[in-house]
Amino acid sequence: MRSIILTLSLIAIMGLGFWAYRENYRTQAELAEVRTLQSEIGDLRESLSVLNAEWAYLNRPDRLRELADLNFERLGLLPLEPEQFGDVAQITYPTAENPLLAPVTDPIATVASLDQTP
Amino acid sequence: MIRTPLRPLARILSARAKGENPDAIEKENLRLRHEEMRDRSRQKAEGRLLLLGLVFLGLFGTVGVRMGVLAATQPVEPRTGQNGPLITAGRADITDREGRILATNLVTHALYAQPRLMIDPAGAAEKLALIFPDLDAEKLKKDFTGSKKFLWIKKKISPEQMQLVHEIGDPGLLFGPREMRLYPNGALAAHVLGGSAFGREGVASAEVIGTAGVEKTFDNWLRDPANGGAPLQLSIDLSVQATVEEVLDGGMRLMNAKGATAILMDVKTGEIISMASLPDFDPNTRPQPLTKGPAGDSPLFNRAVQGVYELGSTFKIFAVAQALDLGIVTPDTVVDTKTPMFWGKYKINDFHNYGAELPVTEVIVKSSNVGTAHIIGMVGPERQQTFLKSLGLFEPTPVELIEAPTGKPLVPKKWSEISMLTISYGHGLSASPLHLAAAYAAMVNGGTRVQPTVLKTNKPQQGERVISEKTSAQVRSLLRQVVVRGTASFGEVPGYAVGGKTGTADKAKPTGGYYDDKVIATFASFFPAYDPKYVLIVTLDEPVESSGSEPRRTAGWTSVPVAAEMIRRVAPLLGLRPEVEPGAEAALTTVKN
Repeated sequence: MRSIILTLSLIAIMGLGFWAYRENYRTQAELAEVRTLQSEIGDLRESLSVLNAEWAYLNRPDRLRELADLNFERLGLLPLEPEQFGDVAQITYPTAENPLLAPVTDPIATVASLDQTP
Repeated sequence: MIRTPLRPLARILSARAKGENPDAIEKENLRLRHEEMRDRSRQKAEGRLLLLGLVFLGLFGTVGVRMGVLAATQPVEPRTGQNGPLITAGRADITDREGRILATNLVTHALYAQPRLMIDPAGAAEKLALIFPDLDAEKLKKDFTGSKKFLWIKKKISPEQMQLVHEIGDPGLLFGPREMRLYPNGALAAHVLGGSAFGREGVASAEVIGTAGVEKTFDNWLRDPANGGAPLQLSIDLSVQATVEEVLDGGMRLMNAKGATAILMDVKTGEIISMASLPDFDPNTRPQPLTKGPAGDSPLFNRAVQGVYELGSTFKIFAVAQALDLGIVTPDTVVDTKTPMFWGKYKINDFHNYGAELPVTEVIVKSSNVGTAHIIGMVGPERQQTFLKSLGLFEPTPVELIEAPTGKPLVPKKWSEISMLTISYGHGLSASPLHLAAAYAAMVNGGTRVQPTVLKTNKPQQGERVISEKTSAQVRSLLRQVVVRGTASFGEVPGYAVGGKTGTADKAKPTGGYYDDKVIATFASFFPAYDPKYVLIVTLDEPVESSGSEPRRTAGWTSVPVAAEMIRRVAPLLGLRPEVEPGAEAALTTVKN
C-alpha cells in the first residue's frame, strides 16, 4: 500500500515538474513576444506621428493655396465666398425630360438602376 | 536529569555530629538550585532574542538590498499588464479647434563627435564641412585633433544628412536620438504658438521646453505624461487664421503700413478664433530677440497682445454707452459740437466742423471729439474710471499667453478732467487691440464682460454685467449706423450687417508729443449687427493710402476696407450664411421705446 502511494506521489511530482517547466518556458516565450509587439507598437506610433506631421505639413494652408493657384485651369478653385451659400428654394424641381433628375418614386428600382450604370 | 537532594543524608548526619545547623545545608542547596534554574532560563531567553534579532536583521537586510537594487538599476517599462492608463513621454501636440495639428514632434537625430574614437579626424572634418556648408572645416579639424573628448556638431539633422554622415564611416561620429518640435504650418499663428528650444541635453535624449506663447504658458501641462498624449486644443481655427493672415498681409502692403494686427473673437465665449500680428516669424527657426532698437519692431513682438497704443475714436462708444446706460442721454439728445472746444488752456478739435450741435447718434456716426467730450463731461471722471475699469482696460488681458502681462495698459496717474475728456475719444489711455476686442465684445453681446481665451471652450461666459441689454442694443444700432452712413462706410459687407467704429490716433513720439504723419488706424467691428457673433479688430501701424491726390491716413480709408475684405472672406468659413438684415426700421423702433 505504502509503496503504491509513494510511487503515485513520485509520478505526480514528476508530472508537476514537467508542467512547471513547460509553463516557465511558455511564459518566457510570451514575454518575449510582448516585448517585440511593444517595440513594434512603439515604432508604429513613431511612424504614425511622422505621418501625422507630414499630413499636416502637406496640408498647410499656404501650400494648398499655391496648389489651387497652380491648377486653377483644371480645378477652378476659388476662396469660399458669401455668394456660394444657396437655399433649398433655389434648387429647381427635377423635370421629366431628364430621367436621372426625375423624382424618385421607387427607391429600390432607382438604387438598382444606379448600380448598373457604369 | 539527576536532582540534587536538598538534604543529603550524609552531610546532614555529619553536620549534626559537628553540632551545626542542618537547615543551613538545605538553604545552601536551595540557593544553588535556584541559581542553576536562573542561568538556564536566561540562556533560553538570550537564545530567543538572538534568533529574533537574526530574523529582523534578515528582513531589514532584504528590504535594504531591494531598495538599493531599485535605486541602482535602470528603469524598465513594465512588459506585462496593459490595462493601466496610457502614459506617453513625448511633449503633447497642439491642435486648432477642429483638431488640425499646429505643433507636433518629429523624431530626428543630433550629431556629436568623440575625437578619441576617430580614425581620420582631418578627413572627417573635411567631409563634414562638405555635408553641412555652414560648418567650418578648419575649426572642426582643430576641435577633432585638440584635447576635447566630446563635442556637439549639429543639434538636428535630417535622415538624408544622417545617411551621408554614416557614409563617412568614422566611428568617432555618433548620433543621439532627438525629439524635435515641428510647426508644420510655418509662420501661421506664430505669435500664439510662440516657440520651443532644447533644454537640458544628453546623448540619449534632450528635453524640449517652450520659450514663448502657449508653448511656454502650458509648458508643464504639455510635458505632463499623465495626460496620456491628449493634445492641447486651442480656439484658433486654422483656415480662418490662414485667411486672416493672407488678407491682413495684403492689406498691410496695400496701405504701406509697417505693421498690422487682427483679432477675431467670439463675443459670447471669448474664444480667439484668429489672432495675427505682422510682421511675423517662423517658430521652427525662431529669431533672436532684438538687442537694440524698440522691441516693437521685432517680428517676435505680438502687437495684438503686447502692443499698447492709443486707439483713438474706437473709445468713443464707451463714453456714449455709459451715458446711455446711466440715462443721461438718449440717442436723440442733442449735444454741443462747436469746434474748437476750450477747456482751461487746452483746445479740443474735430477732424471737420460738424456744426454747432448734433444728436448723440450723429456724434458717433460722424465721430465728433467735441461731442464725445461734452457727453463724458456729463458723466464725470470717477464714473468713467469705474466703467473703463469694469471693461478690463486697466489690467493686462488674462489671455493664456506668456506675453500677456507685458501688455499692461498705460493709464494716466492722475485722472484729471482733461484726461477724462481726452480718454473719452481715445487719447491718453493706451491699451492693446485685445483689450479693445474684449471691451467691444462686452458692449455688443448683451452687456456682459468676457475674458479673452485661446483655449477651446464652447461655453458662453457668464461675466459680470457692464451695461444693460437695452443699452447694448442701442450701442449695436449706433455702431451699425457708423458703417451704413458714417466714417466706416467702406466696411459694409453685403449679407453680414457689419457694425463698428473707426479710430485714427496720431502716434506718440518717444520723445513726447505726437507725429503729424504717423497714425495707428483701428477698425473695431462686429457682425452680424442684429445678433453679434464675432468681434473683429484690425489695426494698421503707420498706414497711408496714396491713391488720391493727397495721402489719406484715416482708418476709414485704411483699416476699414481691409476689415471688410476679411469679413467677406472669413464669415463663410465660420459657417455664417449671408442674410437679409431683419428690418432696419424695426430695429430703430426698438431702440426708441
